[in-house]
Amino acid sequence: MTSTDVELRTERKARVDRRDFIRVCTMALAAVGMPYAAAAKVARAIQAKKLKPSVIWLHFQECTGCTESLLRTSHPAVGELILDLISLDYHETLFAAAGHQAEAALRKAMKDNAGKYVVVIEGAIPVKENGIYCQIGGRTALDIVREVADKAGAIIAIGSCASWGGIPSADPNPTGATGAPEVLKGKTVVTIPGCPANPYNLLGTVLQFATFGTLPELDAKGRPKFAYGRTIHEHCPRRAHFDAGRFAEQYGDAGHRQGYCLYKLGCKGPETHANCSVLHFGEVDSAWPIGIGHPCYGCTEQTLAFRVPQFTTIDIERPTPPDTYPPIHAKEGRVSPIATGVAGLVGGALVGAGYMASRKLGEAPPEGKGPGKEA
Amino acid sequence: MSFDRRSLLKSFAAAGAAVAATEGMSEARVRPELPADAMGLLYDTTLCIGCKTCVVACREANGKKPDTTYSPLWDAPSDLNGQTKNVIKLYKSADGYERSYFKAQCMHCVDPACVNACMIGALGKREYGMVTYKPELCSGCRYCQMACPFNVPKFEWTSLAPLMVKCEMCAHRAKSAPVTGPDGFTRFAKGQGAACAEVCPRAAVISGRRTELLAEAKRRIAAHPDRYKGYHEGDSPRVFGEVDAGGTQVLYLSHVPLEKLGLPDLGTRAVPETQQTIQQGLYKGFIGPVALYGLLGLAVFRNRRAGGGDSNKTPGGEA
Repeated sequence: MTSTDVELRTERKARVDRRDFIRVCTMALAAVGMPYAAAAKVARAIQAKKLKPSVIWLHFQECTGCTESLLRTSHPAVGELILDLISLDYHETLFAAAGHQAEAALRKAMKDNAGKYVVVIEGAIPVKENGIYCQIGGRTALDIVREVADKAGAIIAIGSCASWGGIPSADPNPTGATGAPEVLKGKTVVTIPGCPANPYNLLGTVLQFATFGTLPELDAKGRPKFAYGRTIHEHCPRRAHFDAGRFAEQYGDAGHRQGYCLYKLGCKGPETHANCSVLHFGEVDSAWPIGIGHPCYGCTEQTLAFRVPQFTTIDIERPTPPDTYPPIHAKEGRVSPIATGVAGLVGGALVGAGYMASRKLGEAPPEGKGPGKEA
Repeated sequence: MSFDRRSLLKSFAAAGAAVAATEGMSEARVRPELPADAMGLLYDTTLCIGCKTCVVACREANGKKPDTTYSPLWDAPSDLNGQTKNVIKLYKSADGYERSYFKAQCMHCVDPACVNACMIGALGKREYGMVTYKPELCSGCRYCQMACPFNVPKFEWTSLAPLMVKCEMCAHRAKSAPVTGPDGFTRFAKGQGAACAEVCPRAAVISGRRTELLAEAKRRIAAHPDRYKGYHEGDSPRVFGEVDAGGTQVLYLSHVPLEKLGLPDLGTRAVPETQQTIQQGLYKGFIGPVALYGLLGLAVFRNRRAGGGDSNKTPGGEA
């Protein structure tokens, strides 16, 4: 593959020197919160041991947005990524080959790297009618994903579609679109949800697997904790406005132009677990929904995205104190004079009734009649 | 014949007078001493920035849910309550210029009124002088809530199996004995002491032995006598809790008069001393009960005689 590598490289950069290479590794690992020393280790491992993980990228029910997002990375650029850091052996969008040639490449990669390759799944898998709604080369997505995942060293579901169904699984879900963890029950599937997923979260996970042979720590939904351990809300640049109670009430109003909190416009940040607020998209500062003035859509969360309407406000997962303080002497409820009067009348009526009842009891004849009649 | 209203009141008054006469006759009980290893907190309003990190840390350390009564968006307790053991309040003068934060939590009195009021020892002054709570003993009478002069113990009104809630200085976190650090304060290991003091970014609230904290507070006053205030405006600066209500293990230094922070002026006498004097006085020499029941017996005897022994007649006709 090395001879073709050179041809495929851009003119801009004939070869990646060692310095650039370590820089690339540092950036990729910084994204996942690993120390600088680890980046050097990754670079050394990849260069010295020719340890390029074989990656098979499967596309099912999706928009290729996750791949598009990956193509727009520059640290490393996708060229460096697929030629120097990983060995991308099958990817329908980036492949030069087509048809049977492509399928042959898939089979070869699976055979050569059995038990070691990384399979990245992009897109939901339709399961209704035995999966006939998505077929490649005459085989259903269901068959393909099961076969490829069976011999994989690591399974990564990129994007919300592969993670839990995404847009294709929105009601009424006519094709039975399902996420990879559901289809591959019993296997560890790293999910990197997002619409699109942040490519650095994928990169960090893949490089950790390639270098250390381990997967990052995952939460209950298979999401790497380094990226999905906190909510958007916790690191939101507009958080100060939320705490102070300053909200944009509608698009373009004074508050919106001042950069106030977007919660009242339906922001799902308080319940959405992702690192968008600290790791923006497309190498552009503030290039993420809240950064450009749009509420978070909750795209990483199965319970929110494509289910909860955009302008519906949601519960705060972990409320924290606002920018207000209770007074030294907390206010207590007052009773209005009218209420006092009404209560007095009711009380008086009850006392009067009790008095009359007791009088009647006192007058009850000692013999003859039962007390029930009088009372 | 029924009870004569007038005679009934008279007999009650006589009984009350007999009881009242015994007050003060009993000796004051022995005042509990401050334990030698008593731990405490020192809160200094001049350092607090109102960040409420302590409020959040307190919730986490004690497993208390955020209080979203005010609004579903924020954890904003209006005071100490059934889910809030520690809260930062704000004092603001009428003109708005004089301000101070105030950290409200249990004062951990040397002689706690709540412990004295607790019938079965659910609340007790336990290890390190911390006033702690044993929920398995609590009967839910809420006497502690009435007794506390600082209005600290709170009841879980919204719970079906309600308990009392108050700061226990994170006693449940302590695993090993506190150690004296290089700064001269004796503290529990990280994660074992009072959570509020551990997380405070400006050391506005610090933990340590009560003796060390009192010395530190006095040192601060001596170093900056113009910075701190006394109880009233114009008073010389002092440490709240040194002698107040018999002394507390939580101490306050303030740059506004202490009365404005809602701290009550309790004098130096511990609340339980007053309580005990009354309660023990009632039964001193058993004079009170004997006098009361004697008077009641007399009333019964009189009424039976006047009524001619007609026990069938209902006495409630004119009640």
